Amino acid sequence: MNFIDRRLNPKGKSLANRQRFLRRARQQILKAVREASGDRSITDIAGGERISIPMDGLKEPAFRRAVQGGMRDHVVPGNKDYVEGDLIPKPPSNEGGSGSEGSPSGEGEDDFRFILSRDEFLDIFLDDLELPDLIKKKVRHSESFALTRAGFSVSGSPANLNLMRTMRNSLSRRIALRRPKPHELSELEAEIRLLEESGDDPERLSELRVEFDAKVARTRRVPYIDPLDVRYNRFEAVPKPVTQAVMFCLMDVSGSMTEHMKDLAKRFFMLLYLFLTRRYRHVDIVFIRHTHEAREVDEDTFFYSTETGGTVVSTALEEMKRVIKERYSPGDWNIYAAQASDGDNTSSDNSHAASLLADTILPVCQYFAYIEVGAEYKDWLGRETDLWRTYKVVAKPGGNLAMRKVRVRSQIFPVFRDLFSRERADHG
Amino acid sequence: MAELLFDGADWDFDKVRRTYDAVEDIARKECGLDIYPNQIEVITAEQMLDAYSSIGMPLMYKHWSFGKRFAADETLYRKGMRGLAYEIVINSSPCISYIMEENSMAMQTLVIAHAAFGHNHFFKNNALFRQWTDARGILDYMEFAKSYITHAEERHGHQMVERVVDAAHALMNHGVHKYPRKRGYDLREEQRREQERQAYFQQTYNDLWRTVPKGPGTVQGSKDLAERKKRLHLPEENLLYFLEKTAPKLAPWQREILRIVRNISQYFYPQKQTKVMNEGCATAIHYYIVTRLHEMGMIGDGAFMEILHSHTNVVFQPEYDDPRFSGLNPYALGFGMMQDIKRICEAPTAEDRDWFPDFAGNGDPFGTLRAAWTDYRDESFIQQYLSPAMIRKFRLFKLHDDAEAANYLVDAIHNERGYREVRKALAKTYDISRMEPDIQIVDVDLAGDRRLILHHRVTHGILLDEDEAVLVLRHIANLWGYEVRLIEVDAESEMTLREYDDVAPSINLG
Repeated sequence: MNFIDRRLNPKGKSLANRQRFLRRARQQILKAVREASGDRSITDIAGGERISIPMDGLKEPAFRRAVQGGMRDHVVPGNKDYVEGDLIPKPPSNEGGSGSEGSPSGEGEDDFRFILSRDEFLDIFLDDLELPDLIKKKVRHSESFALTRAGFSVSGSPANLNLMRTMRNSLSRRIALRRPKPHELSELEAEIRLLEESGDDPERLSELRVEFDAKVARTRRVPYIDPLDVRYNRFEAVPKPVTQAVMFCLMDVSGSMTEHMKDLAKRFFMLLYLFLTRRYRHVDIVFIRHTHEAREVDEDTFFYSTETGGTVVSTALEEMKRVIKERYSPGDWNIYAAQASDGDNTSSDNSHAASLLADTILPVCQYFAYIEVGAEYKDWLGRETDLWRTYKVVAKPGGNLAMRKVRVRSQIFPVFRDLFSRERADHG
Repeated sequence: MAELLFDGADWDFDKVRRTYDAVEDIARKECGLDIYPNQIEVITAEQMLDAYSSIGMPLMYKHWSFGKRFAADETLYRKGMRGLAYEIVINSSPCISYIMEENSMAMQTLVIAHAAFGHNHFFKNNALFRQWTDARGILDYMEFAKSYITHAEERHGHQMVERVVDAAHALMNHGVHKYPRKRGYDLREEQRREQERQAYFQQTYNDLWRTVPKGPGTVQGSKDLAERKKRLHLPEENLLYFLEKTAPKLAPWQREILRIVRNISQYFYPQKQTKVMNEGCATAIHYYIVTRLHEMGMIGDGAFMEILHSHTNVVFQPEYDDPRFSGLNPYALGFGMMQDIKRICEAPTAEDRDWFPDFAGNGDPFGTLRAAWTDYRDESFIQQYLSPAMIRKFRLFKLHDDAEAANYLVDAIHNERGYREVRKALAKTYDISRMEPDIQIVDVDLAGDRRLILHHRVTHGILLDEDEAVLVLRHIANLWGYEVRLIEVDAESEMTLREYDDVAPSINLG
């Protein structure tokens, strides 16, 4: 008998099958994921998800006999009081196999339920989205460096000494130059001493002495380790793409913003956050809310505490500028900003906001998204708001300022997609 | 009394080896089992799920349907709705049994007796397995299949391969040669047969037959048809085989994939027909062996209780009106029948002597069982060995379900008049030709539009599931490359019951 422990075999043997399955069910899963994400809060959007998808396209058809019709004989156990010739009324036909004959396959196959891992969920959720202008900006802004191994060098700091290489060089040089080995010397010495004590062969003794002196001299001339042998590990500094990002959430919290609008904004921020966490190792969020004055706040305050006042957008931009200057140097950070507003602004502020945005904010940002949220049932009549008109002047085709309008929850994702879709990234 | 083999729930390799030796001793000496060499592999729960999803094979090519099965099993398992099997055993030589690391030592004992000896003996000796499967070659073949399909994917793209495999899977049940392969001719055998036929002809010669007028059939059209059918070896019920050999548009690698699926299907063909016997054999053997181990004092009372608990769960048969009822449990029926045969050998009643004069009271239960395990499959086994005592014990009754009638009719119950009827009906439900529809390729219009014509030979008026049939027809059309038509014909009256619309290929595989 062979007894084999397979527990340490590589795991995830079925991963390739799973990938094939997800690829196959892509359309259905995509739809289910979208639906599932519609009603979730910011904290658990990225958790693993049990989803349920319809079976179209996932059926494995075969020629099977129909469940209904024809003449069938069954043999069943557990007869209690039936005798030959008894008639048992059939259950109503629309209930199918719920009677005593229960269908052998048991489970219904209308829907297929299974669990998606967090990564799979996000992959599908953020499918095809790309960061706009990512590469271009990265290279331009790369100011951090990482050391990578780059072979060996003959100079360097003692900490980088490569012992293996050094000793290997030393050994080959010693062999090549015939440096006497320690045991040769000690053997010679022992023989000399023997001859000295016995005094037998003075000729041989003097010969040996000459040889010994020559060897000692050679040992001295050929050092054990020569500066020539020494090798150091060489490291090269390569520019490292910035893998951290900061995301600014700007929101108008003046009285004109309803809960509904805030909810829309929150969902947009949530998506952006998720998206950035996929692409960057580290993502900071800064929440800045403003009325007629702006303040950096924490998430709870940002979304839930109420405040009243006028609306001066430039204050938020000023605040963002200040935070960037203090904490997020554009060289080290990829900066993203998303602004949500209902479009109101004090008209005297418009030109200030526009110039601030165009001259200070946009040049350091990777991307600035402006989302104008509207009331659900409000008729828009195509009227453009103050802020929309202001920003429209600044926005250039192919630039890094994007603006969209959102009115209902279901529009959030399409708008987000629209902003970050791959084609757009290609144009940029 | 012998010493305890183990104590406590934890297992280690030493204990398992010791137990294996003790089990082997009983299996060989007392039960007379003849087995392939064993290979026992310890795996984790995740690996068990893996093995589940690829129909129990340790090596399997990649396909999305296995991923789907894995996702479904995993969900059920995580939710705690379903436990995992304690073991999986593969019909190969050496015979590989997977045992789970979570099992207690008592369970490992049970599993070793069940899989490594019970199933193993059955695989090695049952006629169907001997005839249809090559236990020595299967693992190598699976290795080949897996790498072939991987290479095909690399060369032709995932999607192309997936389409072919999907189509082949849809026809998997119809990719089996049901009759033994042709053998080489033996001259002496041929001569003997010829002489026998001659002798029979002379014995039964009747001049009257000469005067019977010949029927029609000399028409040119039907002659052509006969000729064509003969050339294409039609009718053909092995759809995959036919498509592999004859489909005009397939590339060689696509034919090879059809062949792989066909061979795997062929490999599993005996397993489908021997569920009751295979499980009955393994269950009866583990029950005997652990009972003996306990009698000899080699396993303790606690471990024995644990084994019995699990054994009882496995052979539990809910009655028809129980919410848990979902057909006859093959373990229960198989185990019940094996125990019953043993009883008949050892302590037969007058009734048993009437019904089973061959072996009642012969005192050699394992010899009798071994003979049964060798020569029968489920259908013939039940037909031959189901005793009135078993029918009474299970209180089996036969229910006739006519779709036209308003009521089920109780045809036969466990009484003198009913035994044979019940037995016959039960045996029929295990007949593979009753479980799967009889689909045949009957004609190809090679001179015309190359339409492939299939017949479903309907028995007892049970038609195909229409929605699925259309999907399968589309797969066939894709493989064939031209239109396909399916007609359902009553097997007895040759009447056409339903005709499907012609299905054209939806994608071009070439």
